[in-house]
Amino acid sequence: MATLTFAKAITLGLRAALADDDKALIMGEDVGRLGGVFRVTDGLQAEFGEHRVVDTPLAESGIVGTAIGLALRGYRPVCEIQFDGFVFPAFDQITTQLSKMHYRSRGRLRVPVVIRIPFGGGIGAVEHHSESPEALFAHTAGLRVVSPSTPQDAYDMIRAAVASPDPVIFFEPKGRYWSKGEVDLDAAPAAGILDTARVARPGTDVTIVAYGPTVATALKAADALAGEGTAAEVVDLRAISPLDVPAVVASVRRTGHCVVVHEAPSAHGVGAEVAARVTEEAFHHLEAPVIRVGGFHAPYPVAKLEHDYLPSVERVLDAVDRSLAY
Amino acid sequence: MSGDGTGEAGLVQLLDPDGARVATTENAAYRGRVATLTGDDLRGLYRDMALTRRFDDEATALQRQGELALFAQATGQEAAQVGSARALAPQDYVFPSYREHGVMQVRGVDPVDRLRLFRGQDHGGWDPAEHNVHLYTLVIGSHALHATGYAMGVQRDGLVGTGDAALDTAVVVYFGDGATAQGDVNEALVFAAVNNTPQVFFLQNNQWAISEPTTRQARVPLADRGPGFGIPSVRVDGNDVLACYAVTLEALERAHSGGGPTLIEAFTYRMGAHTTSDDPTRYRSREEEAYWRRRDPIDRLAALLRAEGEWDEAWAAGVEAEAEALGERLRVEVRALGAPPTSAMFEHVYATAHATVEHDRAWQAEYEQAMQDDDATLTEATR
Ligand SMILES: Cc1ncc(C[n+]2csc(CCOP(=O)(O)OP(=O)(O)O)c2C)c(N)n1
Repeated sequence: MATLTFAKAITLGLRAALADDDKALIMGEDVGRLGGVFRVTDGLQAEFGEHRVVDTPLAESGIVGTAIGLALRGYRPVCEIQFDGFVFPAFDQITTQLSKMHYRSRGRLRVPVVIRIPFGGGIGAVEHHSESPEALFAHTAGLRVVSPSTPQDAYDMIRAAVASPDPVIFFEPKGRYWSKGEVDLDAAPAAGILDTARVARPGTDVTIVAYGPTVATALKAADALAGEGTAAEVVDLRAISPLDVPAVVASVRRTGHCVVVHEAPSAHGVGAEVAARVTEEAFHHLEAPVIRVGGFHAPYPVAKLEHDYLPSVERVLDAVDRSLAY
Repeated sequence: MSGDGTGEAGLVQLLDPDGARVATTENAAYRGRVATLTGDDLRGLYRDMALTRRFDDEATALQRQGELALFAQATGQEAAQVGSARALAPQDYVFPSYREHGVMQVRGVDPVDRLRLFRGQDHGGWDPAEHNVHLYTLVIGSHALHATGYAMGVQRDGLVGTGDAALDTAVVVYFGDGATAQGDVNEALVFAAVNNTPQVFFLQNNQWAISEPTTRQARVPLADRGPGFGIPSVRVDGNDVLACYAVTLEALERAHSGGGPTLIEAFTYRMGAHTTSDDPTRYRSREEEAYWRRRDPIDRLAALLRAEGEWDEAWAAGVEAEAEALGERLRVEVRALGAPPTSAMFEHVYATAHATVEHDRAWQAEYEQAMQDDDATLTEATR
């Protein structure tokens, strides 16, 4: 066991992936000598060389498009997009090309590309540096979309992502990069870690569904609820696509109440998908409608206002109260 | 005359529009590259172009009969495609856009397979590994990046500059004049230049991007873009199959030996409509079409063969018979291509199982079964 920051856990996961498979390579802006603007790739170029950790031109479509070509040639590129708001120049390559290559070729071609995206807010950044575009990718068939919430999962999930034969969009909650946790670097990762949700805290009275940065918020809310005598269960999705519907439904069948929490705007979002699936599959177990806690249908606000935009512990508690009062 | 204003200056030409060999000091090196082509080689080029044209004619007719959803002809561009593709080594890899039927002819991609996409029967149509040809790409310019990434992979594999002609590998990407305006093509040129990829950017300037002339995409001859990226460029008469072969051979030699990418602008003309769904009379003149018809690439090579005593009537009849057989095969086999089973929609979305796909697949199967059961009950009831 080692105590590591979230960022360092990803670094070590990438390091293991590069060491395990000489076809794996890292590419992106400033990933080499600088180690990435968040230092997630720190030290990797020094260890593996410029050939394996490649500083690319400043062209996001170019990064993803050439990664597709490399994957077609048998390589496993891991692309770093510097910030969430800068993935859009590559959006076309991801949605029209990366996601469909396997399908179009009837399974003859594989494009095992990983795209790492630091996402989410709470760090007081300027515009385009705090967005949560995960629903846009989850809506696209052919992509796997995941987000870890603990250093251990970050370490295990990045390795699983690099090993996956499918393209993976790997959302890193940048507000959690500096938080620490215990990481077992040698344990075999849970099977299907890119497909399965995890019960982050068991409980019997209400299910709080979260992923990435809001898992911590949900856990804090659960702590507060425990003080009031309410046992909240926190389900960490880990995977947004595919959604582990059975895990969420099993929890809601036990608790009868469901609150979904994410930073992305609620409208047309992942929470809506969770609510619909829960309604379809656990309707008769529900004692209240599924309630969403998320961002608003407004562009990500200025840093001075983000505390009002992001789901806070108070807003989660309010949602739980409304659910339990039904 | 092209209507594009970028002109025909500086084109490498080995055959004039009448099919006579052109000898200038500028083209001496290129002449050397075709000097060894035998009568059989020349007739081979003619055959590939003739079969490509027949493929176009039959596919267009099939579209008119409602057998294809859409078709994009290569007619007029056979020399650019066949000439360049004939220069390739077997291990070289091609990324086409969607009208490279002449390239497919040379690479041996089955003619029926080439039409699966246009019939709405398959999003691809062939196994890329079988012919070293990637699938057609419809999003303009996006495949230029795939080609560059693939070429970066070839480089990593150590298959450049080995000195072994059977190993050295290059990647060729085909795209149009309209595509040169796309960010992806420009990004591909950047990545190719800084990585010195073993690559040929084969641009077919067929004067039009649907209804937009090349002047809507650029104010300079398109080949002039290359040097700005640090990529050597050449303009070639795209209706001169020998010149297209020679310039591509030179570019491939550079790529194979580690000399990096080349941009080739083949100055040519799309004789037909952009696709079967547009009407070129709305945007271009009869005079322009007539001008280019006189520069037909197939007629030009035929004239050369005749002038050099290489035209053989029995052989020509053989090519004609082959074209007839191709047409017949397309008419029969394309019509016979049925719809895939509904379940095919759920196959290969992912390389590994995905719960959402499995959920939808199960739902759809159950729905279909319920409908069949209903029908059975109905038939029973009305008996
Ligand atoms: C990104 C994108 N935008 C628009 C289209 C629609 N479209 C299809 S072909 C075409 C013109 C392309 O012209 P050019 O690149 O010159 O190639 P050509 O078809 O003439 O060979 C357009 C606009 C498309 N397929 N992709």
